[in-house]
Amino acid sequence: MSGANPTAPDGSTDDSEKAHNNPSSIAGGEVYPGAAPPERFRDDGHIAPRRTFRERLVVGLRNDRKALAGAVVVVGFVFTALLAPIIAPYDPNTTFTVMQDPATSSTTGDGEFFHLLGTDSYGHDVLSRIIYGAQVSLLVAAATVLFAFTIGTAIGVVAGYYGGWVDTVLMRYVDFQWAFPTLILAAGIIAFAGGLGVWNVIIAIGVAFIDDFARLVRGEVLSLREEEYVMSARAIGMSDTRIMAKEILPNAVAPIIVQVTLMIPLAILAEAGLSFLGLGVTPTTPTWGLMLSEGRQFLSQAWWISVFPGFAIMITVLAFNMFGDGLRDVFDVKEGEVSDR
Amino acid sequence: MKRYVAKRVLYALFVMWLVATVVFFGLRAIPGGPIRAMLGPEATPEAVEALRTDLGLDQPLYIQYVDWFTGLFVGDLGTSITTGQEITVLLSAAVPRTFSIAIVGVAVGLLLAIPAGIVSATRKHEPADYVATVAAFLGLSMPAFFIGILLAIVFGVQLGWLPIYGYTPVEEGAGPWFRSILLPGIAVGLPYAAIVMRMMRSSLLETMNEPYMTTARAKGVDSRVRLYKHAMQNALIPVITVAGIQVALILVGSVTVEIVFGINGIGRMLVDSILDRNYPVTQAVILLVAAIMVFTNLAVDILYTFIDPRIRYGGEQ
Repeated sequence: MSGANPTAPDGSTDDSEKAHNNPSSIAGGEVYPGAAPPERFRDDGHIAPRRTFRERLVVGLRNDRKALAGAVVVVGFVFTALLAPIIAPYDPNTTFTVMQDPATSSTTGDGEFFHLLGTDSYGHDVLSRIIYGAQVSLLVAAATVLFAFTIGTAIGVVAGYYGGWVDTVLMRYVDFQWAFPTLILAAGIIAFAGGLGVWNVIIAIGVAFIDDFARLVRGEVLSLREEEYVMSARAIGMSDTRIMAKEILPNAVAPIIVQVTLMIPLAILAEAGLSFLGLGVTPTTPTWGLMLSEGRQFLSQAWWISVFPGFAIMITVLAFNMFGDGLRDVFDVKEGEVSDR
Repeated sequence: MKRYVAKRVLYALFVMWLVATVVFFGLRAIPGGPIRAMLGPEATPEAVEALRTDLGLDQPLYIQYVDWFTGLFVGDLGTSITTGQEITVLLSAAVPRTFSIAIVGVAVGLLLAIPAGIVSATRKHEPADYVATVAAFLGLSMPAFFIGILLAIVFGVQLGWLPIYGYTPVEEGAGPWFRSILLPGIAVGLPYAAIVMRMMRSSLLETMNEPYMTTARAKGVDSRVRLYKHAMQNALIPVITVAGIQVALILVGSVTVEIVFGINGIGRMLVDSILDRNYPVTQAVILLVAAIMVFTNLAVDILYTFIDPRIRYGGEQ
């Protein structure tokens, strides 16, 4: 975003921008453009470091209730997944009376077993399966994004830094991937990789996200490459690998973090989509997408089988989106750098 | 201008060539070979040989490659392994269904998104803006198949207004056809609307802050004319890009929503072919989706040259 534009497109970013770009204005007296903020000069003659990521994050979350709410739900989601065996009222594979209505499950059916969200067509407790379903969502989302992040960032840095044929090959690959919506590409990879299973799902979605990271990082590197500190690093004979790792990457961290946060909900949606299509992890593992697809046949008798897992997907994705949106404002990353596909 | 369009067309063809090549090699890279994967470990050597000849896999690789492309050019995509039907015949039955859903989806999406975006931008920080923004956030967070299931429960099961299963071809009457695809169309249209609306809002807000808008105001141009003539003309440009690119979202949504509503479109075809290891069909559907994507983007690029006077004669990208 160009700093010259005082009125940011949607107004939400301009306050935070002022807040961390211009800490000197509160010091009183004349502030010259380009002059270092006075309070950053310490008594020992050194310059105080800029705000760290953690400080910016804390301040940002404090000022943005939407992002804070998102963060709380995200933490809740992670804990639900990790502590599923403790939280879940029942084992996800124990069968009770089938299709018990959540509203009346305490008075009908098994009687002594209470099913807050009812039971599904096999008699599984829906709530317990949703809680266990968070495990697959979290695992797949974290692993796919980590996979795409690692490979995409490596490709992006190399392509952006060296240019030349590496860059050409990368951009042709990005062109290729452009032609595929995520879910279709993932389904195709699963078809040709042969077979279902959690690792195939992770690789399929992960590959589909590589280009998003590669493109973003390449763009960052292209602009950072010309920075003076990179040139001086090169002038003092620092190796290319070291320059990439120590000088360039740390300065591209903010957009990458935002990208990661906004890719996780897309990964959750993609995993749910694949599971819904029957192309996800094994059909016996409880996942949200699979639960929706199983409940689809019983919409008229037992709406709760598919509706509650659907809300689980929605709430989780919404929380990540709100958190990611907040981060984008905190780190002042341009909107539109994250693909919504 | 002509050169620019020609360049874009060539580029689209290049991407299609790349996609077709990758799909070609993808099939041949299947672990254990495609024939074994399709027929299973118990298949007799004769059956394996027969299918290998049938698919042309007994030919040298370069001949297979040439055959593959000549097939694509004359519209011969091979035959389905499970039913033996021509894939083009299968596609001609499936494509109208998916297209119907997609058209309703795009229409619903744009009809919701453009007005909502305008209202949201012109009444920034008023209740209408908050409602639209929250709705867009929700739309972005719900997979199309979940929206489809909710719509089916409310409008199909509870209210009984619309059918929730199957497809009625348009030849059997426009009314029944529309009724059969309205819910799936809305289901794929809502997430699309969310994205387009956000773009409309931010683009219009940005345009309204441009100096020329202040000039128009200073000249005393009526606020309606300012909004719809001066601002919209420029604000719509990025919206068109997003609306074009996000056809991907409609396609993906349609794949899953077809399964919710029991409509045998290309999504159903893709999923069934993957589960049956019916590779020729999988290849065909993937190519078709890629072609739709590439040519939608091409159309957006060309449309751009007409609506955005700043882009002419190529230049960058």
